[in-house]
Order: sequence, then structure tokens, then C-alpha cells
Amino acid sequence: MSSVEQGTGAEKPRHKPSRGPRVSMPERPAAERAQDFAEVPIGYTEEMAHAEAMRCIQCKNPTCIEGCPVNIDIKSFIAHMIDRDYPAAVAVLKERNALPAICGRVCPQEEQCEIVCVLARKGEPVAIGRLERWLGDYDLACELEGRCVPEVAPATGNRAAIVGSGPAGLACAGELARLGNAVTIFESLHATGGVLTYGIPEFRLPLDIVEAEIDMLAQMGVEIVTDAVIGATYTLDELMGEEGFDTVFIGAGAGLPVFLGIPGENLNGVYSANEFLTRVNLMRAYEFPHADTPVARGRKVAVVGGGNVAMDAARTALRLGAEEVFLVYRRTEDEMPARREEVHHAAEEGVAFKMLCSPVEIVGREGFVTGMVANRMELGEPDDSGRRSPVCVMGSEFEIECDTVIIAVGTRAHPLVTQTAPDLELSSRGYIHTNDDGATNLPGVYAGGDIVTGAATVIEAMGAGKKAARAMDRWMRERG
Amino acid sequence: MFPIVHTRRLSDAVFEMGVEAPRIARKARAGQFLILRVDATGERIPLTFSDWSAEEGWIRFIFMQVGKTTHKLSHLEVGDSLADVVGPLGVPTHTDELGRVAVVGGGVGAAVAYPVARAMAEAGADVTVILGARTADLLILREEFEALPVKLIVCTDDGSAGEKALVTAPLKALCEEGAIDHAMAIGPAVMMKFCAETTREFGVPTTVSLNPIMVDGTGMCGACRVTVGGETKFGCVDGPDFDGHAVDFEELMSRQRVYNEEEREADAEYARGCQCHQ
Ligand SMILES: Cc1cc2nc3c(=O)[nH]c(=O)nc-3n(C[C@H](O)[C@H](O)[C@H](O)COP(=O)(O)OP(=O)(O)OC[C@H]3O[C@@H](n4cnc5c(N)ncnc54)[C@H](O)[C@@H]3O)c2cc1C
Ligand SMILES: Cc1cc2nc3c(=O)[nH]c(=O)nc-3n(C[C@H](O)[C@H](O)[C@H](O)COP(=O)(O)OP(=O)(O)OC[C@H]3O[C@@H](n4cnc5c(N)ncnc54)[C@H](O)[C@@H]3O)c2cc1C
Ligand code: SF4
Ligand code: SF4
Ligand code: FES
Repeated sequence: MSSVEQGTGAEKPRHKPSRGPRVSMPERPAAERAQDFAEVPIGYTEEMAHAEAMRCIQCKNPTCIEGCPVNIDIKSFIAHMIDRDYPAAVAVLKERNALPAICGRVCPQEEQCEIVCVLARKGEPVAIGRLERWLGDYDLACELEGRCVPEVAPATGNRAAIVGSGPAGLACAGELARLGNAVTIFESLHATGGVLTYGIPEFRLPLDIVEAEIDMLAQMGVEIVTDAVIGATYTLDELMGEEGFDTVFIGAGAGLPVFLGIPGENLNGVYSANEFLTRVNLMRAYEFPHADTPVARGRKVAVVGGGNVAMDAARTALRLGAEEVFLVYRRTEDEMPARREEVHHAAEEGVAFKMLCSPVEIVGREGFVTGMVANRMELGEPDDSGRRSPVCVMGSEFEIECDTVIIAVGTRAHPLVTQTAPDLELSSRGYIHTNDDGATNLPGVYAGGDIVTGAATVIEAMGAGKKAARAMDRWMRERG
Repeated sequence: MFPIVHTRRLSDAVFEMGVEAPRIARKARAGQFLILRVDATGERIPLTFSDWSAEEGWIRFIFMQVGKTTHKLSHLEVGDSLADVVGPLGVPTHTDELGRVAVVGGGVGAAVAYPVARAMAEAGADVTVILGARTADLLILREEFEALPVKLIVCTDDGSAGEKALVTAPLKALCEEGAIDHAMAIGPAVMMKFCAETTREFGVPTTVSLNPIMVDGTGMCGACRVTVGGETKFGCVDGPDFDGHAVDFEELMSRQRVYNEEEREADAEYARGCQCHQ
């Protein structure tokens, strides 16, 4: 109760908070949505968004803000929503978060801003993410009508190159452009957006939202060069040398898939989650043969892993028509790193969970997968991290029948850029080493996102991109 | 968009194409490849550089029409454009200090063998090229090879051009004579496999240029994984060249067949709407 404003102090309560329950998000029925790739949650109406905003008690100590990795002034944007001054609310959001329509959808809010909302202690927190999503969509609709392209500062005459067009690169580019710099993004794929485009499926993040955000950058004057692999088409040295850039930001992500290293892993029908999702999302294999890229449409699909990537792969396999999709995970549901909401969505749509199972071999016939041999596990003593680590139950081997296996057990640093920049300081695991501002050991070269932290979140990557942009801008100005 | 600046039909099903791609042309080296996408719904397919000019800003590749994408490609003409071309990808072929080397180019593999043999000769190697095809009509780039400072052995399965032999016969002869220190085989997986088998007993180090199925070509998906010496490697970034004596060819060939059914379906559908077979 302590932080609830009671009318004392300088700040008067702006409104009488609603005591209503958290406004639930309308969703398409599980049976319907498991058949297609359209978005699962439908989104608030304005009235719903307003009603939800009204629940916020406008705390004197808004703990929610610290929960957000980029410290969005949540209290203030909600205050503007309460007043129905949405452009002002958007402006507050955009001070910290360039892509609210995206973060409102994919941020793990329940363990960031919402978990520390004062109301969470007494029941249900304010649905900060859903409000952000609504505002983001509101803003996109305005942008599409050309009403609110961010103001761009007078040209500095400085030029920045961005490697990679994932959330880190996009946020960095947007901020640098806003500060008046000429910005060019180099992307190795034929499409922009990084994981937002090739990884996260459309039923969670529609492609047109990502595209609209990227169009926005183009409107701000950012040049985008696709089909340009840094480390192959250009090296880092060339960008800083003959290509004439004053500074470079590396946001190449952690896109290298990790495999299990068990026998049978190269059988046909075994995919990395990256390959599976790339074929479907980026190459649109679900429209095969209209689109030219095929993907195996498994009847029984086993997905190995317990994170967001595993959930996305499982739900995608279901949408491609699998009869049965099960998730094979070493620990239990409680330890799964995926967002609760996604676990719940997956279960609702019919994904089965085989917990406490660890694959030891993939078996096949004539080159194609026919099943997976796994061990049963049990949870042992808590380890250093406090998590109870799984231990194998002796003699518990059993076989699961399946024709497709998708491995979603993580990714590593993408080595292409760094291989051709031998002087760039890396951590032992190949990630780029930077200071708090994103500066690497090479003058003018900055980095951020998954290539620095290892696989993390969209909002953290964007935060890093934006922070680096400010440091890059300073660096260029000081250098003159 | 990448404008097409050159096309040439080399045989019934083999075509040469050149596109304007100055950035890539500046960097291309023998043994490296590009990934292209014909149009907005196209598949990303890898093809090896057969030639390039950094000065004039173009690259060339040679492809065999085997499925939908190469079929689409075969209909394009100068003035058309490709949606995407990315590269150069992969590790360039090792060409230095090879001594006496045999380069085997089988079928469309000759397209890759050509810049490789040229680069090896330029690097001072003593190069013998073994050019093979099923029949004379399928033999490509003969004049181009004849113009290189290399020894050329031509053979066909049916004897319609050069010796009547499989490429492994002259290769074996060279090994027996002790005439080569190194071999490089480029062509269909099965041909590379038999070339590697041939040289193995003579202990002649043999490089092969593998062609697994790829998607991104930059190490991001693992579609291209091949087993070499018991270890999984990514063809696109660790290769495409590998030690032929250590490659698991059975696995490679099996993995190349994974989408056979789908691909037949896609090409059949495409061919129905296409005028070229009517
Ligand atoms: C399937 C999946 C689901 C996820 N779900 C969520 C979620 O729900 N919520 C959440 O917060 N996070 C989620 N994440 C994690 C999140 O997407 C990443 O943390 C975030 O995208 C990292 O951003 P980035 O900009 O650092 O890298 P990326 O998004 O990986 O972008 C890197 C870009 O750089 C390009 N690139 C790489 N190398 C080069 C080169 N040499 N030259 C030029 N370009 C290059 C790549 O092609 C890519 O476009 C998910 C990740 C995956 C894979
Ligand atoms: C590094 C590398 C270099 C290559 N260089 C050449 C070359 O110089 N000339 C040439 O004619 N061919 C080359 N290939 C093979 C070429 O990529 C395939 O023939 C082409 O992808 C076929 O596409 P399609 O749609 O026409 O046929 P499809 O019907 O799709 O496939 C026919 C066969 O081609 C192979 N294939 C299909 N898709 C791919 C893919 N995405 N990646 C790799 N292989 C695939 C499969 O084995 C398949 O059975 C190379 C392949 C690799 C990996
Ligand atoms: S960006 Fe994410 S963590 Fe921050 S306020 Fe928005 S939803 Fe919450
Ligand atoms: S969102 Fe929660 S913590 Fe933040 S101001 Fe509102 S009620 Fe307080
Ligand atoms: S083609 Fe994707 S990793 Fe090699």
C-alpha cells in the first residue's frame, strides 16, 4: 500500500484508478488459429486500452520503470493514455523504445516491467505490454498515413554503417538518423529485420509490422543495402577505410545454430530451429509450391528445447499440418525459459510436452528420421545457479516415433564479421567485447545486441543499439 | 536488382549467365560461390563463380537445369534482372604450392574446375585437367580449358569425345605414374566419391568441392552440414572444399535427396505454365 498515492505530497492523483480486473486480451480460438499463420492475440480496442490504463494507480515510486531494461517512463505514458492524449503517450514511449509495436508483442513483460508493478503484489499487474502494443499500433497507423515521421536533426555530415538489420541495428540506425547522421544498414540476407523476420513467426509478430518500422527508417533517410555480407562482400576495414564511414555498429546477432552432437543428427528430417523457421518465415515455405522453397511437413514432430524458439518451432510445425507435435525438454515445465504466455498458447493449440527427457540418438531408415531415443531424467540437487539440474535415470532409454526433429537448444555468436577483423577483441565464446556504451577496442567500432550478450531479448538488443548510437554520435562530433 | 548482362547456352541443359555485381566481382576468388534468388518468391540457390571481372564489374556462373529455380533461370535474358545475388561465399580453393595437380571436372563441375585450374596455373602449379561428361554434347568449356596453360585430358562415358572412359581412369593412370602430388575433384557427389576412392590407395591428397543443400550460405541454418572425418561441418562457411578422403559421401548424397519429391512437384507445376516444352 505504501506507494499508493493518497493525495499527499506534491503530486496529486490524476484520476480515480479503476478497480476492475485486468482487461483480458481477445485471442482467436485455438482450433482456428492453429490452422494458419495469422496473429493469435487480436489486440485491445481503444476502450479496452483506456480501461486498462485506468487501472494504473500512478505510483509515486513507479517500480515498473526499473523492471524495463530500457527504463521506459511507464507511469508517464500511461498517464497520457488516461488523458487520451495518445500522441503524447507515444512520444514518451519512443524516447526509450524505437519499436513499441514490436516490443509490446514480444517482450517478456511478465518477468520485466509487469512483475514489479505495484499491483502485481496484490493481484494482477497493469498490462503494460498490451498498452504498449496498442500505442505502437496506433503510432504505426499514424505513420502509415505519413503524419508522424520523427524529426531529424540538421545533418552532421557524418556517416555511420550498421552491420545487421535486427532490432539492435534498427534501433541504432534510427537513433543515429534522428541525430542527423547519414546511416547505411548492411544486411546479409535478402530481407531486413533479423530474428524479427526470419525467426519469430507471423502468428506472434506479423511481418507487416516489422516492415512498417523499417519503412519508417527509410523515410528518415536511412539507406538499406541487403545482400551484403560483412566479412565477405565488405570487411570491417573497408567500411572504415575506402567506403568512408566514420563509425560502424555491429549488430550481427547470435545466429549460429547449436546441435546436440548425438548420433543421427544429420538424417533427413532433422532441422535446426533456425533452418526450420527460416524456411517457413523468411522463405515462406508454407506457401510451397507457390513459393519455391520446400520444408518437410512432418506428421509427428519432436522439438528439442524449452525456450521461446522451441515454442515457435512447435507451433509452426503444427500450423504446417503435423498430426502430433511434442516438445522434448530435459527439465520440467517450471524450468522452461519460454514465456508463460507462449507455453500456454502452445499447450492450448495442442503441443504435447514430454518433460524430463533427454535425447541420446536420432534413428532413421534410408536416410530419413523415424524416431528418437531418449533417456528419462529426474531433477537432482540445485546447482550453483539454484536450478535443480536434471540427472539421467539409469536404464530408462525409450524410443519416440517421429519423422521430423527440430533442435532448439540455443545459438552461438555469428563468426563471419569477426573472422575478418582479427584485431577485434572477443570474449572466450566469440562474442564481441564492449564497454557500457557499446564501444569495442577498435576506435569508432561499436557493437550491441546478441553478438555482445549472447541470445537475449529484442528490447535489450534495441536498448544496446540505441545506447551505442548516442556514443557513436558523440564520438563522431568530438572527432570533428 | 542485379541486371543480367550475358547469357549463353553451353549444352542442352547447361547455361552460362553473367550479371552486373561490381561489389562481388571485386572480391570473388576461385572456388567461392554466390547465392541467388530469381524473384520475390524464389528459393536461395548456391552456384559457383565460373568467371568474373573486377574491372568491368560482372560475375559469371554456369548452371545445369535440374529443377524449378534453374529452369526459371534458363528463361532469363540479357536485360532481365535477378532479385538477389550475394557473395562471395565460402573459403576460396587453396591454390598455392600444390606442385603437380590433377583437376577433375565432371559434367557441370567443369564450370567450377575452370577458374580453379586457372588460379592454380597462375599460382605456378603444374596442372592436368581431366574433363569428363556422359557424352560429347554435355561436354562444356573445352575451348576455354584449351586456352589455359594446362594439360587437358577429355573423356566421355560413350567415347563420343576424347577417350571412352570415366574420369577415374585417367586419374588412376596419373596416380600410377606418380605424376601428381595432389588431386581436386569437382562434379556430382558420386563422381567425387569415386575420385577420392581412386586416389586414396596412392595416398594422393584429394580436395573435393561439396554441394550440399543450402539456405542462407552464411552459417546460420545448418542445412549444409556434412560429416568430414567424423565431425559435422557447415559446407557454406567451413567449405565448400574438404578433404575428399574424410568426407562421408553416402550422407551427402542422402541429404541432397531430401526434397526430391517436393522439387519434382514444384518444377512440374512451373513447367505446366511455361512455354518452353510446348
Ligand atoms: C525464434 C526466436 C524467438 C524469439 N522470441 C523472442 C521473444 O518472444 N521476445 C524477445 O524479447 N526475444 C525473442 N527472441 C530473441 C530476440 O529475437 C533476439 O535477442 C534479438 O533479435 C537480437 O537482436 P540482434 O539485433 O542482436 O540480432 P538479430 O535479430 O539476430 O539480427 C542480426 C542481423 O544481422 C545479420 N547479419 C549477421 N551477420 C551479418 C554479416 N556478416 N553481415 C551483414 N549482416 C549480418 C543477420 O542476417 C540478421 O539480420 C527470439 C529469438 C528467436 C530466434
Ligand atoms: C557450393 C555449391 C556450389 C554449386 N555450384 C553449382 C554450379 O556452379 N552449377 C550448378 O549447376 N549447380 C551448382 N550447385 C548445385 C545447385 O545449387 C543446384 O543444382 C540448384 O540449387 C538446383 O535448384 P533447382 O531449384 O533448379 O532444382 P531443385 O529441383 O530444387 O533441386 C535439384 C537438386 O539440386 C539440389 N539442390 C536443391 N536446392 C538446393 C539448394 N538450395 N542448395 C544446394 N543444392 C540444392 C538438390 O540436390 C536437388 O536434388 C552448387 C551447389 C552448392 C552447394
Ligand atoms: S519495453 Fe518491454 S519491458 Fe519495457 S515497458 Fe515495454 S513491455 Fe515492458
Ligand atoms: S504500472 Fe504499476 S507500478 Fe507502474 S505506475 Fe502503474 S501501477 Fe504503479
Ligand atoms: S547454408 Fe545455412 S548454414 Fe550453411
